[in-house]
Amino acid sequence: MPQEYRLILKHADQPGYTPDIECYLRHGGYAALRKALATAPRELPDGKKLGPQEVIRDEVLKSGLRGRGGAGFSAGLKWSFVDRRSGKPIYLICNADESEPGTFKDRQILHKDPHQLIEGMIISCWANDVRLAYIYIRGEMPQGARLLNQALREARAKGFLGKNILGTGIDIDIHVHRGAGAYICGEETGLIESLEGKRAYPRIKPPYFPAVLGLYMCPTIVNNVETLCHVKHIVELGGAEYAKLGTPNNTGTRIVSLSGDVKNPGYFEVEVGKVTLGEIIHHENFGGGLRPGRSLRAIIPGGSSSKVLKAGEKFKLRKKGADGQMTQVEADLLDLPYDFDSLQQAGTMSGSGAVIVMDDTRDVVDVLANVSEFYAHESCGQCTPCREGALWMSKALHRMTTGGGRAEDADYLLHIAQNIQGRTICAFGEAAAWPVLSFVKKFKDDFVTRGKADESARASGVVPTAHH
Amino acid sequence: MSFSVPQALENELDELASHYPQKRSASLMFLHALQEHFGHLSQEAVDWTAQKLGLQPINVYELVTFYPMFRQEPLGKTQIKVCRTLSCALAGSAELRAHLIGKLGLDSHRHGPQTTVDGQFTVEFVECLASCGTAPVVMVNEDLLEKCSVADCDRVLAKGRK
Ligand SMILES: Cc1cc2nc3c(=O)[nH]c(=O)nc-3n(C[C@H](O)[C@H](O)[C@H](O)COP(=O)(O)O)c2cc1C
Ligand code: SF4
Ligand code: FES
Repeated sequence: MPQEYRLILKHADQPGYTPDIECYLRHGGYAALRKALATAPRELPDGKKLGPQEVIRDEVLKSGLRGRGGAGFSAGLKWSFVDRRSGKPIYLICNADESEPGTFKDRQILHKDPHQLIEGMIISCWANDVRLAYIYIRGEMPQGARLLNQALREARAKGFLGKNILGTGIDIDIHVHRGAGAYICGEETGLIESLEGKRAYPRIKPPYFPAVLGLYMCPTIVNNVETLCHVKHIVELGGAEYAKLGTPNNTGTRIVSLSGDVKNPGYFEVEVGKVTLGEIIHHENFGGGLRPGRSLRAIIPGGSSSKVLKAGEKFKLRKKGADGQMTQVEADLLDLPYDFDSLQQAGTMSGSGAVIVMDDTRDVVDVLANVSEFYAHESCGQCTPCREGALWMSKALHRMTTGGGRAEDADYLLHIAQNIQGRTICAFGEAAAWPVLSFVKKFKDDFVTRGKADESARASGVVPTAHH
Repeated sequence: MSFSVPQALENELDELASHYPQKRSASLMFLHALQEHFGHLSQEAVDWTAQKLGLQPINVYELVTFYPMFRQEPLGKTQIKVCRTLSCALAGSAELRAHLIGKLGLDSHRHGPQTTVDGQFTVEFVECLASCGTAPVVMVNEDLLEKCSVADCDRVLAKGRK
């Protein structure tokens, strides 16, 4: 039976569990930090010697942990790219912007178990020679920011943070920085600009890879809240043991945010790849299915930037057999394991782990109009294709939802979207284009029919021409 | 009216500035604190921040115009943010906004924040508030109302009028 596996959220919802440090300590808090600081150096079979910090970085690499913020990039590899020879300070930034529509998992950690994040961050700082770190929390979470500040004060008072942490002679500090309502601050280079006190204009890569030229042009690690929490558990379990959770190349647990047309929306922590998309939506342990009498229409599987999946779609997945041979299996949409690789093979992504479900009462034109309005509002405006294209798409869709549709709008939308992707400074361009490309391609009849119906209604004078 | 930042607040801001190796980084935190204190960000607040952080006023003003949470005009005592984004829209957030706008006599066609003439309420549509599992959600000042109903909105209005 598919079930939750709570590692990060083990305590968060237990009755009586509070966000203060005493409660955290009663539940074994900061033991992983002590363990990390006491790590012994290690000699590899090839004679190479690893210092204690390298050992922790190696464990994170071995754990297979992939970033939970959106791109699913290996955390250990990201850490290995950090320029450690520049002589400049290395910074760590926790991305707590949680702004991808559909996502509400970091909120749970920040509000219910802030010390878990702080412990994960202190370990990550120590392992990467970071002395100063920031938590960039979105402006719309003022209570989260207060809780974090309180937790940081408590951690300093107990000697886990600040000067000479736990008598090691090492100083590490963490500060909270609040955003102010712009989605683009979630993009790591936009976030860095924002943290420097500027407009959140993303930087072009290359050359501005954060690992080399990040905050104040110094080497910088940006990781998501959930990713940094996992570091604590990797230290506790050991990388190899952690990697047994989940499935190969998709290790550990992750928190899925489920919303839209299901009976029980909510967040569920699962072993990555051990639960299917269908189970997340229909199983009684998770979404509990659709409302009575309704059927599935579409699923946005990884935040609103991910490509939509249409009910009934089938995919060819490559699977590695027990004998190591690759075989191809056909999988129905609902049988897709909810992991990084399967969703990628299905032409989309698990992104931030946010599943949004739409049933047959929903009109896809209305849905896409809503999604596109978001991107039109949130483009930072630096790149012409993104700034103008996102707005054009949103305007065309708005027109379609107000009686002004045309049969050729479907192709018009595809044309604009195709001219955005790949032509922008940051991945927001793709985030704006993908929903349009996927919705219009997969539901083309709906768009064309709606456009034609509007045209004939206008021709016969049934409805007034839309005012846009 | 002359603009003056109380000493206690200034001390707090000096402390905040010390969190960063470069003072400019503190601008967003300064603006949050000043907006919390004064209710909005006036030209004086922008100039004051620039001067404190060794910047040109334009360096600060461009933040006020870029970040949606910063305000140049005073807002209502009760600020109501209705989430517009998909999961909340599917759960009926457009109806909540329409209800509030109707009850307060505001203009449903206008975009952006709108404040009642008596200065009691500001209503606006905002983007995803990261609580989509309890849609529709509404933020009232700093509190989040989850699974918000029309009746909940009415309670907010009744409380705000007191
Ligand atoms: C437009 C855009 C918005 C993003 N928003 C977020 C966000 O809100 N939170 C987040 O953790 N990552 C977000 N990301 C991903 C970050 O750029 C970055 O990859 C991530 O924080 C790295 O952390 P991870 O490796 O632990 O996943 C966004 C990316 C893009 C392109
Ligand atoms: S792609 Fe869009 S959001 Fe990204 S830098 Fe360009 S204009 Fe800004
Ligand atoms: S869509 Fe409203 S909180 Fe996310």
